[in-house]
Amino acid sequence: MDYAVIGQRVPRVDAREKVTGAAKYAADYSLPDMLWCKVLRSPIVHAKILNIDTSKAERLPGVRAVITAKDFGGWTWGFMATTRDEPPLAMGKVRYLHEAVAGVAAIDEEIAEEATELIKVDYEELPGVFDPEEAMKIGAPVIHDYRPNNVSVEYHWNYGDVEKAFAESYIVREDRFKTGRVTKGYLEPPASLAYYDPSGSITVWPAKQSPYFHYRHLAACFRLPLSKVRVVQPFIGGGFGGTKNDSVAGDFCAVMASKKTGKPVKFVYSQEEELSTSKRRHSMITYSKMGATKDGLLTAVQAKVIAEGGAYTAIGPLSMYLAGSSIPIPYKLENFKYDGYRVFTNNPVCAAMRGHGITHTRFAHDLQMEMIAEELGIDFIEMRLRNAIDNPKPGTVYRTVNDVTLKTCGMKEALTAIKKDPIWAQREHTPKKVGSTSFGVGISGTAYSGGARQLGHQACGAVIRLCEDGTVNLLTGATDCGQGSDTVLCMIAAEELGVKLDDVVIKRVDTAYTPCDPGSYGSRVTLLAGQATQIAAAEVKKQLLEAAAKTWSIKPEDIQIRNSVVSLKSNPDKTMTFENLAKLACYSGSGAVILGKGYSSYGLEPLDFKTGSGNSGTSYSFTAQATRLGVDLETGHTTVTDFLIAHDCGRPLNPIGAETQNEGGAVQGLGQAIYEEFVMERGETQNPTFLDYKMPRSTDVPDIRIIDIITDDPDGPYGAKEASEGSHVSAPPSVISAIHDATGIWFTEQPVTPEKIVKALKDAGKWMK
Amino acid sequence: MKEIRITVNGKPYELSVRPHATLLEVIREDLGLTGTKEGCGVGECGACTVIMNGKSVNACLVLAPEADGKEITTIEGLADGDKLDPIQQAFYEIGGLQCGFCTPGMIMSTKALLADKPEPTDQEIRKGLEGNFCRCTGYTKIFESVREASRKSRG
Repeated sequence: MDYAVIGQRVPRVDAREKVTGAAKYAADYSLPDMLWCKVLRSPIVHAKILNIDTSKAERLPGVRAVITAKDFGGWTWGFMATTRDEPPLAMGKVRYLHEAVAGVAAIDEEIAEEATELIKVDYEELPGVFDPEEAMKIGAPVIHDYRPNNVSVEYHWNYGDVEKAFAESYIVREDRFKTGRVTKGYLEPPASLAYYDPSGSITVWPAKQSPYFHYRHLAACFRLPLSKVRVVQPFIGGGFGGTKNDSVAGDFCAVMASKKTGKPVKFVYSQEEELSTSKRRHSMITYSKMGATKDGLLTAVQAKVIAEGGAYTAIGPLSMYLAGSSIPIPYKLENFKYDGYRVFTNNPVCAAMRGHGITHTRFAHDLQMEMIAEELGIDFIEMRLRNAIDNPKPGTVYRTVNDVTLKTCGMKEALTAIKKDPIWAQREHTPKKVGSTSFGVGISGTAYSGGARQLGHQACGAVIRLCEDGTVNLLTGATDCGQGSDTVLCMIAAEELGVKLDDVVIKRVDTAYTPCDPGSYGSRVTLLAGQATQIAAAEVKKQLLEAAAKTWSIKPEDIQIRNSVVSLKSNPDKTMTFENLAKLACYSGSGAVILGKGYSSYGLEPLDFKTGSGNSGTSYSFTAQATRLGVDLETGHTTVTDFLIAHDCGRPLNPIGAETQNEGGAVQGLGQAIYEEFVMERGETQNPTFLDYKMPRSTDVPDIRIIDIITDDPDGPYGAKEASEGSHVSAPPSVISAIHDATGIWFTEQPVTPEKIVKALKDAGKWMK
Repeated sequence: MKEIRITVNGKPYELSVRPHATLLEVIREDLGLTGTKEGCGVGECGACTVIMNGKSVNACLVLAPEADGKEITTIEGLADGDKLDPIQQAFYEIGGLQCGFCTPGMIMSTKALLADKPEPTDQEIRKGLEGNFCRCTGYTKIFESVREASRKSRG
């Protein structure tokens, strides 16, 4: 494969704006005569709202509008038609601490803030429930009347015959695993500038990684046709799922205040507001039973997963789907049973985050396989190699018991690459103990789905406009929230058209002009917007080749275009510049307008939420990760020195981008493994600051090496699969496997903090003091 | 209101500011230099790092009156017309950024670090950027960018 642009190490197309400070994010926008919006939040965790008196706030000089739930006429939103339980502002009841109750728009931020304090809300406090297993008990406080048992989502799936398989197993283990209460941790808090103009149209400049969700929310909430909702995409300061896929109270209040006042209205959440109220990852408890033969071959898995959902459903049905449907990859498994419960509590809402759903059960099962391997005396990589799904031969498909289909699988190749590397091969020859520090090497082998599909509209679109000077405008509905998709999409357009990368200019989303797109989630953009871009470019190229063929009186298929030079395949000396061809094509006859359009077609198989059968993604990535670290046996402090990540993303199209995604994903996973957790006390987040909610800093991160496993999946542009989330899923089990190697202790709850390590060392009589 | 005189990116300003306004607010709102970002507003993330009289500071923790008489450089003050500063050029080429929200602060901290230590060790790079939080990149390419910037700056 001889590509001109694909596979090259090129700077990001947005790098110049970002290094000069010219890139504008939502909070950087302003309009003349703009008002500021602030949100009033509930000081009570669970309560009926008896009355809201806004009169004092309205009388404060400088206040222009006060918004409460009644302004929204009972509108609510949610992932499925049956789960639309979330209002823009609390309606009749508050269900978590600091839930938004009212909004104020005023001439400046300070007056808006002051006015929120003048709003008098009468509450009747209700008992709260904060632990999902407590919330499932009969008699627990009911959070939503439509779910009297507090179970917001429930699945029971059964494949093969687990009972028979366990009975026939040589070894069966039952363990409990838990993932922590963690958050996306992006640096840019939610913000938007909104204008409801006199013609009755909405324009917003919001911080959204999936702007078309917001577009639909605003149209539905304000009862407007979609054609009157314009979302203009600023630069986005990180996404990672959840909040920036969704809308927040500030979004609705700002638009409503603009509608009421006729002025533009802006809001910017504080980071503390973000950390204490915005959507975070589910914490999931997995009760897992796993069986194996004497040779370590997996026989069956039974997983009961209880997820803390927080106060509303959000995207919970999909979170629980992914946690279950991914159980049979990347290891062969004929029998599995999944009982998933997502449970309401009076904590902030839980939703999607990088590694969505899959990270919880993969963590549990990857570690539990090692526990079994240890009992059987089998090397941890060997255990995984014996069970890993083979790479299907070209043209064939591997099908799991629940109809997840793989056309490529680099799991064995990735594990083998790690096995050969000195970090693993020489691990017995590196010092095990220096002073009070015990060193360990851990491994993981995980899978992730890419090119996500869910319900409803799923296709990405792309439009390419050729300019008469030979440069190109690329329009897609995809959002680059930092992952690098704008760069890779430009690379694809340049590759297909045969032009230089610099000649392709991508426009960020503007729903008035760009094609509708589901959003930047589920590692879908390179695959689906990438395919759409390929198709759009092919359409433009076809028109150009026809124009060239006419000029040269030959057939279009005899002409090639590369590096902006048009030439004859049979005689490369016969050339013209791409610019000349563009002029010829645009000016021929009465003149032509050269446009190409395309939309993605991958991933059309259905999935079934009732049975857990079918594909959640277009294709699947596989990651093997080795971690080397030291645990101080006195303080419990963990220092991670090395990550080696062997990742099968099919083919990296933009190597710098794919590497950075792997590095960033793994470091975010490291945070989850050993540092990050919201400390909750009766619904109150005790650590809603960057200081107290510890995330990895420059001094915490290991040296990271990446190995690309090339599998060239047929369902992806140039063979590409996902590269955004695989290493985020592989990091926690790899790190915790290494902590086990260093201490001899299995830790089954994230994060493995120094406190937990010291306690476990004490219990095991290994604490050094 | 309080009258202050500050020099920002070589340009003198006389401003009337609220006594409790921060330098960050003055830079972003009064001067319209939005390249300096606010991530947390309480000095925990480094996104608002600027250089004041040769030292890197969190602009959100400096009260505007404290900046009176000081010389300040923001991210907008690094490039010479179209020519990027060697640090900006290194971040651009190596790809030491993703979403870009931490980037201005990261580059300003690097500027202060390299002014102090033109050839920093890996440990000094990590320590020098500890106050600048990045959630996207995992820092690997940021470290490479700083090493490259160090080479470029020394010619």
